[in-house]
Amino acid sequence: MSEWWAYQPSDLLMFSPQTYYRLFELYNTSLWPAQILTLAAGVGIAALTTRGPHWRGRLIAAVLAFIWLFVAWGYFIDRYAAINLAAPYFALGFVVQAILLAVVGAILGHITFEGAKTLTGKVGVALFLFALVFQPLVGVLLGREWFGLELFGSAPDPTVVGTLGILLAADRIRWELLVLPALWCAITGATLWVMNSPEALLMPLVGLLVLVFAAQRSLSPRHEYAGD
Amino acid sequence: MQLNRRQLFGLLAAGGLTALAPRFGRAQGAPLTKRIPSSGEALPIVGLGSWITFNVGDDPEARDSSAEVMQAFFDGGGRMIDSSPMYGSAQEVIGYCLRKTGTSANVFATDKVWTGNGGEGPGQIERTRALWGIDRFDLLQVHNLVAWEAHLDTLSAMKNDGKLRYVGITTSHGRRHNELEKIMHEHDLDFVQLTYNIVDREVEDRLLPLAQEKGIAVIANRPFRRKELIHRFEDEKLPEWADDIGAASWAQFLLKFVIAHPAITCAIPATTRVDHVRENLTSAREPLPDEEMRRRMVAYIREL
Repeated sequence: MSEWWAYQPSDLLMFSPQTYYRLFELYNTSLWPAQILTLAAGVGIAALTTRGPHWRGRLIAAVLAFIWLFVAWGYFIDRYAAINLAAPYFALGFVVQAILLAVVGAILGHITFEGAKTLTGKVGVALFLFALVFQPLVGVLLGREWFGLELFGSAPDPTVVGTLGILLAADRIRWELLVLPALWCAITGATLWVMNSPEALLMPLVGLLVLVFAAQRSLSPRHEYAGD
Repeated sequence: MQLNRRQLFGLLAAGGLTALAPRFGRAQGAPLTKRIPSSGEALPIVGLGSWITFNVGDDPEARDSSAEVMQAFFDGGGRMIDSSPMYGSAQEVIGYCLRKTGTSANVFATDKVWTGNGGEGPGQIERTRALWGIDRFDLLQVHNLVAWEAHLDTLSAMKNDGKLRYVGITTSHGRRHNELEKIMHEHDLDFVQLTYNIVDREVEDRLLPLAQEKGIAVIANRPFRRKELIHRFEDEKLPEWADDIGAASWAQFLLKFVIAHPAITCAIPATTRVDHVRENLTSAREPLPDEEMRRRMVAYIREL
């Protein structure tokens, strides 16, 4: 659409915070009990980062790719698109990320977890556990309904944080896989910011943290050796 | 010299002859009305916007709340409801509310065409009409001047064919006023919609006088800058003389300022609350501030 350039970010917020958070309540209600499967997938991914067969990296990437596709359809197209005209574009970004995860990780096998865990790797695992266990509780702690939990595997924000954690925990930093999740951190941060949500800075800070650790890891002389 | 109705109302409004014509009309218990210059039709001076407030998707509770807001709006004598294809699910929710409340006959249905491709206009308008579930719109406007030449052609043709009653064009947030002014000079418009409130008053210089001169009705959007102005002043005391204009709250103070301007035909505050709809419609009653009082209101706001 032309004319987008003429708007401020706050002008583009086309729904109220109540409508936004209510979306997750309705989404969770419609998905139940599928959340058990996605959370189980999360627990499985966490376990596989520490031990498992040599092809576990491919399996993790395949599961993540499926989850990104699921969020693209289930959340962005089926739910968010009703109140946000930009949602189909976000869905497209999630589909592209799913394809990248499938190709780079599942098919080409470039995501591995064989090397000893560096500090960056440990931060990655911690970030994944944060996305799986603690991030969904942020909304409840801020006074929102418990059935509006944003969960890893079904809601975009914890899914993105969890994925960034896994990518940080892998033996090599794959920058091509970091771009879209980092971009989403900025987009969702801007959305929450114009809604005056208290947790608006969380996702941008996570994105920044990941980029800093990823850069440090990429520049480290040990990087080329670890895991390859 | 013979004058048509548009020219007559335009002259009355622009030439200091307003004292010769009633500024406002009002049925018993209903909000004040003003005349649409091109037709003389009376329109309640407070309408209902739908940006954000009616974009509630498929949330059944929120949709029913929206229907309650709409019912209160019509119960209070309101008529104009304004929306746009840019407003997400708002058009569909409006259609739901009209069906649920059985109020399609009451509405002055106002929407917009918003696509950068002029050829897509008729299709978008038809989809919009189906979402509202009405036979035809009272007013369609070119949203934010997007592809305005092609869309104005489409809307004018619809009006000539009897498929539309009024044609308009919109802007908001103070954008593209020079271009809007040129269009107002060169094209036959029934309505313009623009941003006007007690702090965004740039349109007072040229666009509002031009609308009066040309006999174009004016819809004021963002009378509260969404909620910003109310939040900005809510901790401040209303002046004692607010009673003189019948303003019991900041919302009424701000809204009365807008709708009292002689060029403004209708303001379209948006809300999700029944009590706010009633408060807004109550603003559309005498007394309204005269020009001197409006200057005093501006001065008071500047001091806060």
